[in-house]
Amino acid sequence: MELIKTAAAGTMESGDIMVTIDPRESGGITLDLTSNVMQQFGRQIEAVIRETLGELGVEHADVQAVDRGALDCTVRARVSAAAFRAAQRENEQWGET
Amino acid sequence: MDAQLLTQIPHLEEIAHRGAFSGTPEKHTENFLERSSRENKILPSLEDAIRAAGLKDGMTISFHHHFRGGDHVVNQVVEKLAEMGLKNLTLAASSLAAVHAPLIRHIKSGVITHIETSGLRGELAEEISRGLMDCPVVFRSHGGRAAAIRSGELHIDVAFLGAPSCDPYGNANGYSRDDEHMACGSMGYARTDAEYADKVVVLTNHLVRYPNAPWAIPEDNVDYIVVVDDIGDPKGIMSGATRYTKNPKELLIAQTAAQVIDAAGYFYDGFSMQMGSGGASLAAARFLREMMLERNIRCRFALGGITGQIAAMHEEGLIDRVLDVQSFDLDAAMSLKNNRFHHQISATYYASFLSAAAVDQLDFVILSALEIDTDFNVNVLTGSDGVIRGAIGGHPDTAAGASLSIVVAPLTRGRIPCVIDRVNTVVTPGGTVDVVVTDQGVAVNPRRPEVERKLRRAGIKVYTIEELRDKALALVGRPDPIRYTDRVVGVVMYRNNTIIDVIRQVDES
Repeated sequence: MELIKTAAAGTMESGDIMVTIDPRESGGITLDLTSNVMQQFGRQIEAVIRETLGELGVEHADVQAVDRGALDCTVRARVSAAAFRAAQRENEQWGET
Repeated sequence: MDAQLLTQIPHLEEIAHRGAFSGTPEKHTENFLERSSRENKILPSLEDAIRAAGLKDGMTISFHHHFRGGDHVVNQVVEKLAEMGLKNLTLAASSLAAVHAPLIRHIKSGVITHIETSGLRGELAEEISRGLMDCPVVFRSHGGRAAAIRSGELHIDVAFLGAPSCDPYGNANGYSRDDEHMACGSMGYARTDAEYADKVVVLTNHLVRYPNAPWAIPEDNVDYIVVVDDIGDPKGIMSGATRYTKNPKELLIAQTAAQVIDAAGYFYDGFSMQMGSGGASLAAARFLREMMLERNIRCRFALGGITGQIAAMHEEGLIDRVLDVQSFDLDAAMSLKNNRFHHQISATYYASFLSAAAVDQLDFVILSALEIDTDFNVNVLTGSDGVIRGAIGGHPDTAAGASLSIVVAPLTRGRIPCVIDRVNTVVTPGGTVDVVVTDQGVAVNPRRPEVERKLRRAGIKVYTIEELRDKALALVGRPDPIRYTDRVVGVVMYRNNTIIDVIRQVDES
């Protein structure tokens, strides 16, 4: 997936995660993660973010994530939404893939 | 009397030591109003009171927490002690709140070198968790503190007690019958300090005429009075009424808790209860109220921290007596002031293990929890990140005293599981916890098989505590353990003042 612009998904509400993705040409994925459950779940959140980006074929990006205790499924959804927005693929038919 | 007569009294040494009557002192002749404004215990300043009380380096000072987040007494007094150059003091408060962050400075400068409290919150709690103090903070339950004060394990040299009303001789209370002055309601925790401290200084912003009856603290317990402009922020001391929750999870937990009480056989005409101030406990009171009206059942007494909900049920005639150690909201405080059978009790009366305490007469108590483990141990003191952020309160006291102790919690808070393998800090031992009620199921302590049978018979689905833990983990994943250093920053006392657990410094490296 080719990223074109900066895009974000998610909110700062409890139980959610706010993900902002900046495209870049090279250098892989850099991740700036803050979380109110950093000690207990920081490792797992980072793994889910990297895994989701990998599945979407995003190789180079600056990712900022502000987590407020989101479950893994929420993390995946927000990362995917941000990536699709960054790729300007806003009208994706999610149910038909 | 003829001194000669003394020699004729057999066993004189055993019955009297003061010799013969030697005449009366001069009588007062001015009226009592003149007298009370001339001869009284009022000193011109806090500094005068501190000097008069003989406070010295290394001594122990105490405070109550009836002003909660609005308290201005602790900071004001410690600031003055720092100014006067006192050092190495032990601060023993019935509890401390986020408003007490300025203590950090006085700890760093050596004014305060030890703290005893029921709980800590905010910046002060965070700093202590990071290793601010050399000597570990001692955490006691309300009952444990009362017992320690009485036994001398916690000896108070000078108590500084804020009072919303006080007369010139020291009769002090959390409200005044004379006017609508700012109230904190019950001053139950302060009563024990007043009774046992060597010297008692009352700080009041509201001097009333003698006698300030009814009083929480009688004048014979008070040595000095200081009139100050500000003892606290009324908004932080109490809000109008604790509001009912609309959170569906909490309502579900509350409804289930009420069903558990009924099914377990503790809901009968003349029962006794205590409700915590958490959303689910408060909501449980509403469900119980409906059941009481429906079945024409009355509660003999409600105990503990009292809310407006309990006061309203009292006024409705559903609760015969209210025993109030701490009024949680303005409605409760008003009820204490206006209702004869809404009665103020001390921390000792409430929960001390050294006496027959009111907690021992409880049928049931509903208690909140941060964490519950598979041994039914409960933590209400340290957060999921290991940092201190709560208070023991009467948790272990009521859990031990009540015939049925119910601990309520959501199964998960955000991503944090509330039912886990091992709590971060044991505050209430599992041996005293009978039923755990979550939004996703009920578990009964295997020590109470008869309760489990009764719940099942009533159609309540009962899980094992391990099943609840697994449900939580399936939802949120297994958390990585919190990292601590070896250094102990807090010692948790059980209600009999034996050490039940320690709190370690959080490792942020």
